[in-house]
Amino acid sequence: MEPTEADLIAAVLNGDASSFEPLVRKYSPRIFSTVRRYSRRESEVEDIAQEIWLKAFQKLKSFRSEAPFEHWLMRLAVRTCYDFLRGHQRNRESAFSELTEPETDWLEHFVGGTEAAGESADAARLLVQRVLEQLSAPARLVITLLEIEDRSVKEISVLTGWSMPLVKVRAFRARAEMRRILARIAKDKYL
Amino acid sequence: MNLAELERKLIASARAAAPGESVPYAFEKRILAHIAAHPIPDSVALWARALWCAAAPCVAVMLLLGSWSFFASAGSTSSGDLSQQFENIVLAAVDQEPPTETVE
Repeated sequence: MEPTEADLIAAVLNGDASSFEPLVRKYSPRIFSTVRRYSRRESEVEDIAQEIWLKAFQKLKSFRSEAPFEHWLMRLAVRTCYDFLRGHQRNRESAFSELTEPETDWLEHFVGGTEAAGESADAARLLVQRVLEQLSAPARLVITLLEIEDRSVKEISVLTGWSMPLVKVRAFRARAEMRRILARIAKDKYL
Repeated sequence: MNLAELERKLIASARAAAPGESVPYAFEKRILAHIAAHPIPDSVALWARALWCAAAPCVAVMLLLGSWSFFASAGSTSSGDLSQQFENIVLAAVDQEPPTETVE
């Protein structure tokens, strides 16, 4: 019979570090998926994922078995990603004249009101990445969780440790910030 | 340009593109190797080690002070017990006070 998560955690807390390996193997896909929302460079993604797991190992004593391990781990992951975003806020200002050709084409299609071709979905993804990279750390986090991952305000509050009113305020500001960035694209390209 | 519509489309495309879940080869081995190479400092163990290290110097200081006070008191010529000396010092001012003259 395979040991349960609770058994593995208890074993790790009793000094058996090798019991941590099954936990890492099980939850790493989820961790990597979460981290890739906030960073595009694969080397950065690996570093952040590693930091999350090392923090999880160090703070395992603080895990109370009342909630599932995955919830605790995801809270840790989101907070680590937020710290990463705050630490890498430099170079956020980039000119939208640097848009790639597919991105420009996608915008042309959008302005022209024509439906973009299938392959331009990648261009839209690159464009949205570019826009998200321009956002401040709290704005990017809240837009990602609220709009892209479609989480509720309560869930975001639990994940980030922010109060619910603070999440709402930050969501409002994040949307305004995003609209300002989109307006700048429009101004740079079409005015 | 309709910015609200642009925002909606971009968010929709970001939603449609779920990030990959691929994990680098032997990632869990790397984490365990890192944990083995950098063990977490146990605060209780650190305190215990520091206290054991401090125990020997503390005993040495205690022995030095004890022997110094023992030999100092044995070699001193002063007589009388401590309570008597204390009383003399406290009441020294009273003893030296000139007798008050009574006015009749």
